Amino acid sequence: MTHDEARRVIERVLARIAPEADLGGLDPRADLRETLDLDSMDFLNFVVGVHADTGLDVPESDYPKLATLAGCIAYLTAGERSPGGARERA
Amino acid sequence: MPSLGADMEAGTLLEWRVAPGDSVHRGDIVALVDTDKAEIEVEIFCDGVIEALLVEPGRKVPVGTPLARLREPAAEAAQPAAPRAPAATPPAPPAQPIPETPRSAPPAPPPPTLRAPTPRAPTSPPASTRAGLRASPLARRIAAELGVDLTTVIGSGEGGAISREDVERAAAARAPAPSVTPAPAIAPAPPGAADRSAGMRRAIAAAMSRSKREIPHYYLATRVDLTAALRWLGAENARRPVTERLLSAALLLRAVAIALRETPELNGHWIDGAFRPSEAVHIGVAIALRQGGLIAPALHDADRKPLPRLMAELRDLVARARAGSLRSSELSDATITLTNLGDLGVEMVFGVIHPPQVAIVGFGRVREEPWAAEGMLDVRPVVGLTLAADHRVSDGHRGARFLTAIDRQLQSPETL
Repeated sequence: MTHDEARRVIERVLARIAPEADLGGLDPRADLRETLDLDSMDFLNFVVGVHADTGLDVPESDYPKLATLAGCIAYLTAGERSPGGARERA
Repeated sequence: MPSLGADMEAGTLLEWRVAPGDSVHRGDIVALVDTDKAEIEVEIFCDGVIEALLVEPGRKVPVGTPLARLREPAAEAAQPAAPRAPAATPPAPPAQPIPETPRSAPPAPPPPTLRAPTPRAPTSPPASTRAGLRASPLARRIAAELGVDLTTVIGSGEGGAISREDVERAAAARAPAPSVTPAPAIAPAPPGAADRSAGMRRAIAAAMSRSKREIPHYYLATRVDLTAALRWLGAENARRPVTERLLSAALLLRAVAIALRETPELNGHWIDGAFRPSEAVHIGVAIALRQGGLIAPALHDADRKPLPRLMAELRDLVARARAGSLRSSELSDATITLTNLGDLGVEMVFGVIHPPQVAIVGFGRVREEPWAAEGMLDVRPVVGLTLAADHRVSDGHRGARFLTAIDRQLQSPETL
C-alpha cells in the first residue's frame, strides 16, 4: 500500500467515525484521539474499519503505533508493524 | 406520546412507520419521534391492528397524548403471549390508545412518567379539592409551567394536598380521549441543529436541576486494582478477531450489573414517595454525543448477558445513540446509570442521579499507581470508582458494600 492509499483509507475510516472533523487539515503528528475526541469505542471502531477496508487485523499491542495520522500511514504501509503483529487477510 | 425520560414534556411526531390496517407485533417500530435530545424510534408493546393514526407528522404534542388507536384481537388481549389471532376475529374489543408501558414487563413498576395517563383523566376532582386548594409552591410553579389548572388536579397528599407528581400526572392525563380529533400542534416541524443543541441543554438542565432539588445525594469513592482484569482482557483479546474484541468498559459494566444483585436498593426507581426496586438490571449508559450533550440509553438485562454479548450490545447502543436511532424502550426504563469518563483523563467522576433512578456509578481513567499490598509496594493499573446514591433509599454502608462487590467481581474477571 502506498502512502497516499494509506492516507485515503485512514481518512475514509475516520470520516465515518468523526464526520464533523476536518480531516484534510489534520496535523500528521497530532494525537488522533485527542484531536478528534475519539473515545475507546471510537478507536475500536477505527481499528475495525481499517480491518474492513484493508484486511489488516491490528493486535492490541500495536494500538500505540496508530496514535497519529503519520503513525497510521507508516503502519499501513507496512513499515512499523510488530513481528507477527498485524495479520493480513488472505 | 411516550415519556422518554424524566425531563421530557412533549415530542414531535416525525413520521409514521405504520398505516391504518397494519398488523403490528410487540416490539415493532411504529413511529419516529423527535425529543429535545434525539430522534427516537417508538416501539409498540402489544400485538394488534392499527385502527387510526391520531397525530399528523410534524406536530408536537405533550407527553401522554394518544398517537394512534390500536385494536387488540380478543384472544391476544386475554393471552398477550399467544400467537396472533386473525385481525378480523369477532367481536372486536373497543379500540384503545397505544399503551406506553415499558418493554418486557419487568417486575418493577415503570417510572411515573411512563404510566398510562388514562386512569385519572375522566375523574372529576372531589369538591373539597376544588374548594380548599392545597398545593406546594413547587407544585404551583410546575403547574404554571405546564399550563395545568390546579383546580382540576387530584391531590394525593394529606388532606388532598397537591404534589409535583400530581401535577405531572394531570399534565400527562389531560391528553384527549382516543375518539377525539388529533391533538393540536404546539409547534411545527422538528428543530434544527442549533435548536437541537439548545433543547439538549434545556432537557439536561431540567432533569439535573430536579435531581439536585429533590434527591439527597451521598457520595462514595474508592480505587480498584485492575491488574487481574486487564491481564485477562489482554489475553482474551489476543485470541479474538478485531471485530469481536472486548473493551474494559464492557467488563466494568458487567461487574456493576452483577454487583447490583447484592444491593437491590440501588437498582430501581423512587416513585410517589417510595422506592420501587427492580429485579431487572437495565443499566443506563451515559454516552457523549459528538455534536455535544449526552444521552443515557439503557442496556437491558445487563446482569443476565454474557460479556461478549454485552460488548456487542454496548457497541451497537453507542453507534445508534450517535446516529440518532435509539428506541423508546431504551430511553424509558434504565434502573441505574453508569458514566465512564476515563477516556477523558479524569481520575473520578461524581455523578448526578437521573430521576427517578436512585444511583449513578462512575469510573475514571485507568492509570498506573503505586499500590501497597501484603507489605509490598508495586505499580498497578488502578481505576477510580465512585457512587452517588439517593439517601432516601440507601445509606453509605450499603453503598460501600456495593463498591466492594464491584471490586470483588473485577478481581475474578474470568467469571464475568
